[in-house]
Amino acid sequence: MQDLGGTRERLKSMNIALTHLQRLEAESIHIFREVAATFAKPVMLYSVGKDSSVLMHLAMKAFYPAKPPFPFLHVDTTWKFREMIAFRDQMAQKLGFDLLVHVNGDGVRDNINPFDHGSNTHTHVMKTVALRQALDKYSFDAAFGGARRDEEKSRAKERIFSFRNAQHVWDPKNQRPEMWKIFNTRIATGESIRVFPLSNWTELDIWQYILQEEIPIVPLYFAKERPVVERDGMLILRDDDRMELRPGETVENRLVRFRTLGCYPLTGAIESDADTLEAIVGEMLTARTSERQGRLIDRDEAGSMEKKKREGYF
Amino acid sequence: MRHIMAKSLAPTDGIRDYLAVQERKSLLRFLTCGSVDDGKSTLIGRLLSDTKQIFEDQLAALERDSRKHGTTGDDIDFALLVDGLEAEREQGITIDVAYRFFATPKRKFIVADTPGHEQYTRNMATGASTADLAIVLIDARQGVLRQTRRHSIIASLLGIRHIVLAVNKIDLVGFDQAVFERIVADYAQFSRELGFQSIVSIPMSARYGDNVTAPSDRTEWYSGPTLIEHLETVSVDEAVVELPFRFPVQYVNRPNLDFRGFAGTIASGSVSPGDEVVVAKSGKSAHVRRIVSHGGDLSQAVAGQAITLVLDDEVEVSRGNMLVSPAARPQVADQFAANIVWFDEHALLPGRSYILRTETDQASATVTDLKYRVNVNDFAHEAAKSLEMNEVGICNVSTRAPIAFDTFSENRTTGAFILIDRITNATVGAGMVLHSLRRAENIHWQSLDVGKHGRADLKNQRPAVFWFTGLSGSGKSTIANLFEKKLFATGRHTYILDGDNVRHGLNRDLGFTDADRVENIRRVAEVARLMADAGLIVIVSFISPFSAERRMARELMATGEFVEVFVDTPFEECARRDPKGLYARALNGEIKNFTGVDSPYEAPENPEIHLKTLGKSAEEMVEALELWLNERDIAENQYDSGGGI
Repeated sequence: MQDLGGTRERLKSMNIALTHLQRLEAESIHIFREVAATFAKPVMLYSVGKDSSVLMHLAMKAFYPAKPPFPFLHVDTTWKFREMIAFRDQMAQKLGFDLLVHVNGDGVRDNINPFDHGSNTHTHVMKTVALRQALDKYSFDAAFGGARRDEEKSRAKERIFSFRNAQHVWDPKNQRPEMWKIFNTRIATGESIRVFPLSNWTELDIWQYILQEEIPIVPLYFAKERPVVERDGMLILRDDDRMELRPGETVENRLVRFRTLGCYPLTGAIESDADTLEAIVGEMLTARTSERQGRLIDRDEAGSMEKKKREGYF
Repeated sequence: MRHIMAKSLAPTDGIRDYLAVQERKSLLRFLTCGSVDDGKSTLIGRLLSDTKQIFEDQLAALERDSRKHGTTGDDIDFALLVDGLEAEREQGITIDVAYRFFATPKRKFIVADTPGHEQYTRNMATGASTADLAIVLIDARQGVLRQTRRHSIIASLLGIRHIVLAVNKIDLVGFDQAVFERIVADYAQFSRELGFQSIVSIPMSARYGDNVTAPSDRTEWYSGPTLIEHLETVSVDEAVVELPFRFPVQYVNRPNLDFRGFAGTIASGSVSPGDEVVVAKSGKSAHVRRIVSHGGDLSQAVAGQAITLVLDDEVEVSRGNMLVSPAARPQVADQFAANIVWFDEHALLPGRSYILRTETDQASATVTDLKYRVNVNDFAHEAAKSLEMNEVGICNVSTRAPIAFDTFSENRTTGAFILIDRITNATVGAGMVLHSLRRAENIHWQSLDVGKHGRADLKNQRPAVFWFTGLSGSGKSTIANLFEKKLFATGRHTYILDGDNVRHGLNRDLGFTDADRVENIRRVAEVARLMADAGLIVIVSFISPFSAERRMARELMATGEFVEVFVDTPFEECARRDPKGLYARALNGEIKNFTGVDSPYEAPENPEIHLKTLGKSAEEMVEALELWLNERDIAENQYDSGGGI
């Protein structure tokens, strides 16, 4: 680099324009490293879905040849698809990361479930409260999540480094300014930051990256004959016999897949024959509904995602 | 809504081709800004809708919300698509920036929809800091407003060089060309000094879609591009890859003794194995041995890539330093001039200590000189003693340790910083470096042979700074005076810095505004530090009402040397005692900015010594101080002898 003329010659000879995915990848890696360098006890929230798979892949890249210098935490509501749990354990073994699993014991004792208590209470107790319990238990001061700004309108408003007070509360009306890539990582004892490395990714970017990097994902994303029940306008996979059939309901085998994964009784399947990544992307490009359309919890009440987020949900 | 049967329309082979095209599309990041109600959110809703980015379930929710919160009668209120927070929908305003994503066959876009209200300017700046182009909206009925100017100035300061002047609501002025021309001329006149490379003006109606994605037949006099045509084609490339190599070290990756990698994102230029690089702060040089990546070593890497470098030499490099091109190095200095945009409701006060952060480095910093404030209406340079929220000023900044930087005009990444409040940790300001100050480069520390310990040993004591803080009339001077007498009697070398006395000499030029109070404390803290360096036990007796300055003073002293003494006497008691008759006058309104009356006192939260004076004598207070000092000295002596000299 002694002589700028030579540099320019060299640049001309190579393809210097980064692709869209290369830029997104670099931004996410930068965010991962920033947290590792400035926080005492970070953790990555691992929810087993496609976004988590991408997040995990990026974390492995960010610290290569080292392993990510933080554990992965799965908040298990005990109502996840069985295939998700199997996939989770398989990935932890294959990649050798430190997996923590937390279940809200109080909720289990009170037998909180989506059928008797409704999606709202179930999500609040088994997910939001459970997450707060886990963060307090280990005194994590930064937690990575896979949320994207294109998912939902209150997420579109959130910073990449999103401040939480000691009660895990998000104050959306008073967020810290976030200038350039200079992140304010300073917090007082007990406070924490939620960090979103995928903020600027879209659903299409996620799929495209999975395709390009050959990232493993839970098989539930691919179309297959599965036993489903039609209920409240959604196709629910009857993953175990805790789901009792209502009068008039029948279990049918249909060719379905999932666009997004959560608790099985709260996640609607779509009828689809897309059984390859290419077919999934093709289907997505012609879709007329958003991915969160299959999520019951978003529709419970107006502004419901924002409300959950203020309470500490990711 | 029913579950849907999605059809795989595109043949599988075609998908990879399609995606390859998507990959090659360039990305444009832009923001919408301008005054309240100029239609920013509506325009984005229109762009998303016309480029088919809104899904059926979102449209259904939007129709529901429009009936409930909308401001457009029976029509869909597109603003509700982006105003995603409950408070925003209830109040019908934008509070914080929303990021939305869309694509056309030619380009991908990330748009930041930013608030127009002056009180949320910091959120507009957040959106602008990562954008390459700004759409400045103007309500055709209103013309160029104060917020239009403020946003344009901030966009310019933050390095945005391309503007779209969207003269919106043109339908409400009867599609009148004269109105459009007048606003365009006004804006051109105003923005001459802002250094924009391109300003493209478009008459439009965001609500009805005129000239947004399709040319309007109601503005036949306009022959320029539609908004989307312009956004698809405008070139904003800055060619940062051709700038000198800059690599701010973010994280040192050291999984085992055999591997030491420097991780970071290349800010500018490019790098290949074999290249010589220099450590900015030390000037030491080394060569790049490997560019490590998960998928195998790279043969080169360019600006924007997040990489890990392995060097051939064991040079000392840690987070905050920079690896740079040996031929064109950044500046390394502890004083520089900068543009600062202030975000916080507590004003920027020269002399107050803040935390300055660059992308990876951090240092204590003070504004040593607020040279002037910029009037957003006419760019006039106004003298100012502080910078209020949303104001812009030119400042001289001094950091405790040197940092490596370029000017912001040379490099948007290495020339930028933020300021953080030491107490609240809030991000209070953003800065753009203009140039380093010469005096920093030319003044070096003179090393002296006689040291602090030698001076103190000769006096057979350990230096300390007893910092008395408390309201006027709380008893600081009385206790300090008695304390010094006791110390003096036991052969200690002491000095009292008294607030009133120092204001007769060193600080006689200072008044009682917040800015002057900060400077008052800064000077006396520096004097106390020199005295402690001379080996003295210093007693500082100052109201010192702000915790930020007391913390600054604490950080100036060596560890364990600063003793905060809170002389805690309730306001009512101080006002009752009123030894100098000041409370009576302040309560009558005859004295302005009196601590406890119309100027705040921030009580210490964790003082080393907390003296509750009510019902106690000054002698009892001094006993507590002596006890503390003796215990410290005994503890330190034990530590010294235990250290095995």
